[in-house]
Amino acid sequence: MNDTIARSILVVSLVKVVVLLFLVLTAVAYLVWFERKVAAHIQGRWGPYRVGPHGLLQPLADGVKFLLKEDATPAGVDRFLYFSAPLLTMTLAISAIAMIPFGPASIHIFGIATPLVIANISVGLLAIFAITSVGVYGVALGGWSSNSKYSLLGGLRSSAQMISYELSLTLSVVGILLLAGTFNLSELIMRQDGYTWGHLPKWNLLNPTFPQILGFFCYFVAAIAETNRAPFDLAEAESELVAGYHTEYSSFKFAMFFLGEYASMITVACLASILFLGGWLSPFPQTPGLDWTRYLPAGVLAVAGVALIIHGVRYINVFGRIALPVLGVILGALSFLCSQPGVIDDIQGPFWFLAKVLFVLFVYVWVRWTLPRFRYDQLMRFGWKVLFPVALLNVILTSLAVVMRK
Amino acid sequence: MAERYKTAGTNVETTVLGADEIILNMGPQHPSTHGVLRVKLRLDGEKVVGSECVIGYLHRGVEKIAEHRNYQQFAPYVDRMDYVAAVSNGLGYCEAVEKLLGVEAPPRARVIRTILTELQRIASHLFWLGTHALDIGALTPLFYCLREREEILKIFEKYCGARLTTHAFRIGGMQYEAYDELEKDVERFCKDFDKRVDEYEALLTENRIWVGRTKGIGVLTADAAIAMGVTGPVLRASGVQWDIRKAMPYAAYDQYEFSIPTGKSGDTYDRYLVRLEEMRQSRKICLQAIEKIPAGPILGKVGKVLKPPPGEIYHSIEGPKGELGYYIVSDGTTQPYRVRIRPPSLMNLEALDQMIRGHLVADVVAVIGTLDIVLGEVDR
Repeated sequence: MNDTIARSILVVSLVKVVVLLFLVLTAVAYLVWFERKVAAHIQGRWGPYRVGPHGLLQPLADGVKFLLKEDATPAGVDRFLYFSAPLLTMTLAISAIAMIPFGPASIHIFGIATPLVIANISVGLLAIFAITSVGVYGVALGGWSSNSKYSLLGGLRSSAQMISYELSLTLSVVGILLLAGTFNLSELIMRQDGYTWGHLPKWNLLNPTFPQILGFFCYFVAAIAETNRAPFDLAEAESELVAGYHTEYSSFKFAMFFLGEYASMITVACLASILFLGGWLSPFPQTPGLDWTRYLPAGVLAVAGVALIIHGVRYINVFGRIALPVLGVILGALSFLCSQPGVIDDIQGPFWFLAKVLFVLFVYVWVRWTLPRFRYDQLMRFGWKVLFPVALLNVILTSLAVVMRK
Repeated sequence: MAERYKTAGTNVETTVLGADEIILNMGPQHPSTHGVLRVKLRLDGEKVVGSECVIGYLHRGVEKIAEHRNYQQFAPYVDRMDYVAAVSNGLGYCEAVEKLLGVEAPPRARVIRTILTELQRIASHLFWLGTHALDIGALTPLFYCLREREEILKIFEKYCGARLTTHAFRIGGMQYEAYDELEKDVERFCKDFDKRVDEYEALLTENRIWVGRTKGIGVLTADAAIAMGVTGPVLRASGVQWDIRKAMPYAAYDQYEFSIPTGKSGDTYDRYLVRLEEMRQSRKICLQAIEKIPAGPILGKVGKVLKPPPGEIYHSIEGPKGELGYYIVSDGTTQPYRVRIRPPSLMNLEALDQMIRGHLVADVVAVIGTLDIVLGEVDR
């Protein structure tokens, strides 16, 4: 009997891993599409528009292109490291997502209640930081093993950068750990439940004991640097180092670096929403006056569906005129499903979680397409002389506040 | 042996313990060498200890071609030198030949020439701003700049049918009469343009990263600038008030009021400010010029066959990038004996080595960008 349960738990876990892997890779692909669209609209362009309606099939085309390109290996590379570096980057970036909880509810697969997280371990936060900090090896080794000066400089820059900003990143969340007293991500979210003065959510950003505004600032900046995104994208500074550490990579090996970068973007955005923005908690208290907010997920889906149908029937080509309304009808059906009594409570968590993650990701993209790039020495000075002291100050102030509260 | 270098722009002194220098070959295929410039950098870590420019990848023998074409036939070739400012190139050449022939373009032609050349200056500076910001990592201003440049190119297209290599002028004046709405188009462009420059300034001028990346970078003192023979905005940013439009007026510049913006410290930030202000001044010139375009012929009395008397002439104009000079020797035949072109980009590029020494690799692209070179003109 015990055997059967153990086996089905294993099967359920495997199913979850496969589903999540599929979802994450799709999300990564569409994050690229999202970034290109946002960037295009910031710059007064349209962005991808040719492959599928509104370029929606562009990720597919990109993937096919990466697979079919010639996989060139330059002469004189350290073959083992050259091949393992992209693998390392992608694997680590994706495996960090295993610790992220997506909602409070348990879903039922084969009659076994299972939470919306793959590995709900007691030191989840530490594990994520441990995994992402190993990610620096992928970049450093890729840069070193390529036998190219641009790659070498890019690898050097980013290893120095990632190690420096790792400190601020970790320090910036210490305040939250002091307030919550746990490393478990699900518990970290549950501690943020409740509302100050009835309306203001008790998210860590607005924590009544000591608001983690400084911490959020440090976390956000350090996270951008940690994922090598503009304005801290020195490691792959296109105008200086051609493409930095992945200059010599082509085809799917390059795609792996690419996937890794966007997957770690998703990870840090998820962490930002879990640690500072209350994860899956709704910003509205469920008082009788604000009860209607439970219908927000369904409402958003319905509006999106209707908009897609209205826009879709007038689309410029036949494929779009069919595909977009069909997508709209699917969204409408989902919206109907989300308003049903059994589902409406389950959908709240993932909806708010996704909304917050998307918001953080949007800010990421926005920053990238607005700011110029730091120079190497400026980056180091900023990391050590501004960010690190501010993070430290936040820890001191928070611990003082916690002690005073007691 | 330990050597000490001082990083320009910072107060960090580093000691190098006999580390080997790396030679980094930047270009001719590199995203930010603005074409096919090749720079051999000697690096100590990321710091530049020396550099050597290798040019000639775009050499087309423009000056030699001139010796085998007659005067009118050569005119379209000069458009291909500085291909982002073809109108200015054409103006310099046409005026040089007119000087050699001893004729002058009629007043109407001179005013229209001034308008188109100033629009071209704005277009060239816009292109510079976009690519310069791109080099420093700000990706978005490029699209805003190209959006405005497009408006100017549309005016060119309406005027002569071409957008890039316009061949807008002819020796002795111009071939095409201005189209009916030229004034209206220019006015419409000028009306919006001031606000657009403010937009770029909002994105960059007080942006701390931008200031950090450009202030104190690639400093060129006034003395050094004069000694190197640099001209144009690069010279003016070093504090030298030298503009051929004022010093030796040509076309119709003596009729208009405008000021020559100068910088103080001669760094990348000052060059940025000087060029932005130059765009505003060009707009001012355009607005003054369209107010009163004199009536009359557009082409002076020049024959179909041009045979200048034997002799030589040097004529220079203030191109968007600096002094653009034409030295033409005539032997009395229909073809020039020798044409020598003084391209501003080439002279400005000479200063690169001394501007980037002691800076980091990231600053090299910033300095290349701030010099505003066009390789078609450097190599000719």
